[in-house]
Amino acid sequence: MISSALDGKMTPGPREITSNPRLSDKFFRAIVTSFGFSALIILTLIGAFLAVRGFQIFKSEGLHFITGFKWDVTIDDAGEVTYDMGIGAMLVGTILISTVALVVGVPLSISVALFLTFYAPIRIRTFLISIVDLMAAFPSVLFGLWGYFVLMPMATYWSKLLYKYLNWIPIFDAPEKFFERSPFIAGLVLAIMIIPIVTSVSREVFAQTPLDRVQAAYALGATRWGMIRTVVLPFGTNGVIGGAMLGLGRAFGETVAVYTILNLVFRPNWHILYGAGGNIASLIILKWGEATDLETNALLAAGFVLFLMTLGVNMGANFIVGRTLKSGK
Amino acid sequence: MENPDLLEEKIMSTDPNPAASSSAKPNSLGDISATRQANRQPGNRPLGSGLEARGIHAWFGKNHVLEDVSLDFAAGTVTALIGPSGCGKSTFIRTLNRMHEFIPGAAMAGEVLLDGKDVYDPGIDVTKIRLQIGMVFQKPNPFPSMTIGENVLSGIKLAQLKVDNKDDLLEECLVRAGLWSEVKDRLGAHAGGLSGGQQQRLCIARALAVKPKVLLMDEPCSALDPGSTLRIEDTIVELAKNITIVIVTHNMQQAARVSDYTSFFLSDGGPGQMIEVGPTSQIFSRPVDQRTENYVSGRFG
Repeated sequence: MISSALDGKMTPGPREITSNPRLSDKFFRAIVTSFGFSALIILTLIGAFLAVRGFQIFKSEGLHFITGFKWDVTIDDAGEVTYDMGIGAMLVGTILISTVALVVGVPLSISVALFLTFYAPIRIRTFLISIVDLMAAFPSVLFGLWGYFVLMPMATYWSKLLYKYLNWIPIFDAPEKFFERSPFIAGLVLAIMIIPIVTSVSREVFAQTPLDRVQAAYALGATRWGMIRTVVLPFGTNGVIGGAMLGLGRAFGETVAVYTILNLVFRPNWHILYGAGGNIASLIILKWGEATDLETNALLAAGFVLFLMTLGVNMGANFIVGRTLKSGK
Repeated sequence: MENPDLLEEKIMSTDPNPAASSSAKPNSLGDISATRQANRQPGNRPLGSGLEARGIHAWFGKNHVLEDVSLDFAAGTVTALIGPSGCGKSTFIRTLNRMHEFIPGAAMAGEVLLDGKDVYDPGIDVTKIRLQIGMVFQKPNPFPSMTIGENVLSGIKLAQLKVDNKDDLLEECLVRAGLWSEVKDRLGAHAGGLSGGQQQRLCIARALAVKPKVLLMDEPCSALDPGSTLRIEDTIVELAKNITIVIVTHNMQQAARVSDYTSFFLSDGGPGQMIEVGPTSQIFSRPVDQRTENYVSGRFG
C-alpha cells in the first residue's frame, strides 16, 4: 500500500541551492580568484617560454643535448654555424653538488629541528627560529662570497685530508691534486643554504608528534633521546624526506653561490674533491652575456630541463609532506 | 575537614586486613569487593613496593589544582581514586611517576616516597623512577610503527635492559595482560590492527615488561566497551597479586570490583582535595564524610 502510494508520487530532482551574491562579494571573489591563479599562470608561462625557445635545440640535438659533454659553437669564415651543445657535464655536476649538500645539510637540519623542538628553552627557541628563517632570506651571493673567502681555505684542507685517507673510494679520488673550487666546497655552501627550509619542514612535522606516544615512551623510562628515536623519528621520517626534497629543489636551482665558488668545466667529473664541475644554473649565467641567438636558445633549453627537474622534486616533496601531516602516522 | 593523614592512620590501624572486615558489609558493591578480596591469597602480600605521597600540591601556571594530598599505597594493594571530573585525580597520579612535569607551566610541592626514597630528589635518575612506577594511559597508545612483539619489548630497548630470553618475557607479559591467546599467532603484525581493548592490554603488557613495582592506571577503561573493560579488570585483579596498583576511575562499580582501598577526591571550585580514604567496602557502605556518601550513592558527579 505504502509503496504503491510512493510509486505514484513524482520524486523531485535535487534542488539547486543558490543565493545571489552581492556585488561587493562578486568583486572581491573575482580579485581573489585571479590572484589565486596568478602563481600557476606565471609558472606555466615561464615553462612555456622556455620550452618554445628551446624547442629548436631539442629538435636538432635530441637526446644528445642531455648526454653530451661539449659546449662548442663555432662560426667558420663562410658564416656557417656548427655547434655541439650538451649539458651532460652540468647535469653530473648539479647532481654531485646537490648530493653533497643533502648529505651534509640534512643531518644538520634534523639536529637543529630536534634541538628547537625538544631541547631549546622557549625563549631561545623563538629567537633561534627567527635566526634560521633569516638564513633563508639571506642573499645567496653573500653565501657565495663567504664560501669563497672564508670557507674555501678551510674546506680545501678538509679535502686534502679526505683525499689522503679515502682516495681508495672512487668519488674521493682526484685526477690531479687540485682541490680548490670543487663540487665538494660548493656543496658545503649549498648545505648551509638548504638548512632553513629543511629545518622548518622537519620542525613542523616533529611538533606534530602525537603527545600520547611521547608520554608512552617517557612512562617506559625513556630518556629524551630514547623517546625521540622511538617516537619522533619514525613519525617524522616522511616529513624529513619531504623537507630534504624541497632543499634538493633549492640546491638544483642555486646559481650565484655555486657560480662564485665552482670552477665550471665542460667535462664529466665524478670526483667531488677535484676542482672542476658544473651546474646548469651556473652554466646559464656564465654563457649568457656573450651568447649568440642560437646559444641563447640552448641556454633556455637547459633552463627548461632544470625547470622540469625542480618541478618534479618539489611536487614529490609536497606529496610526501602532505601525506605525513594528513595520515598522522 | 578532617586531616586525611589521621583518617588514614585510623583506618590502617583498625583495619589491617580488609579481607577480614569486608565480610560484614551489607552493601552490594561491598559484597563484590569482598568476594574479590576473599579470592586474594594473603600469602602473596606484600609484594611490589609501597608508595607514599606526602603533602602533594599541584599547579598549572597560577592555577592551584591539587591541595595537600597525602596517601599511602601499601605494597601489593590496589587503590582506586574516584571523584568527579576536574577534581585532580589524574593530576595526582601523574605526580607519582613524575609525568606531571612534562606539562608546560606545571609545578608541584610535596614528596613522593618509593620504598622510602623521594622520587623528586635531585640525585635520582628520573628514567629509573619511571621504570619502577609504570603507567597505563586513558587512551591506548601503542607505538604504531612497531609490531605487537616490538611494542611489548619497547621498554626493554628504551631502557637498555638486559634480558636473557626475550621470547619468554614477551609471552609472560602478554599472558599477564590477558592478551597472549589473542595475539600469539601474529606477534609480527602491526599494533594498529588490534581493537581498542586489545591495544590497551598491549599497553599493559608493555608497561609490565620492564618489571615495575608500581603500576599507575589513569582511567584505563574509559575509552573501551564493557567487554574489554571486564577483560582489563580481570587483568588488574591478576596483576595485583604481585604489584602495587593505583587506578583512577570514573566507574564506581569498577572501583568496587578491583580495589582494596578507595580514595575520594573532590574540588569545590578551588583546588582538588582528597576527602576520604579507606577500605573500598567501607567507602561504599559507610563512608565517614557526607560528601563521599553523596558521591558514592550517586547524588552528584
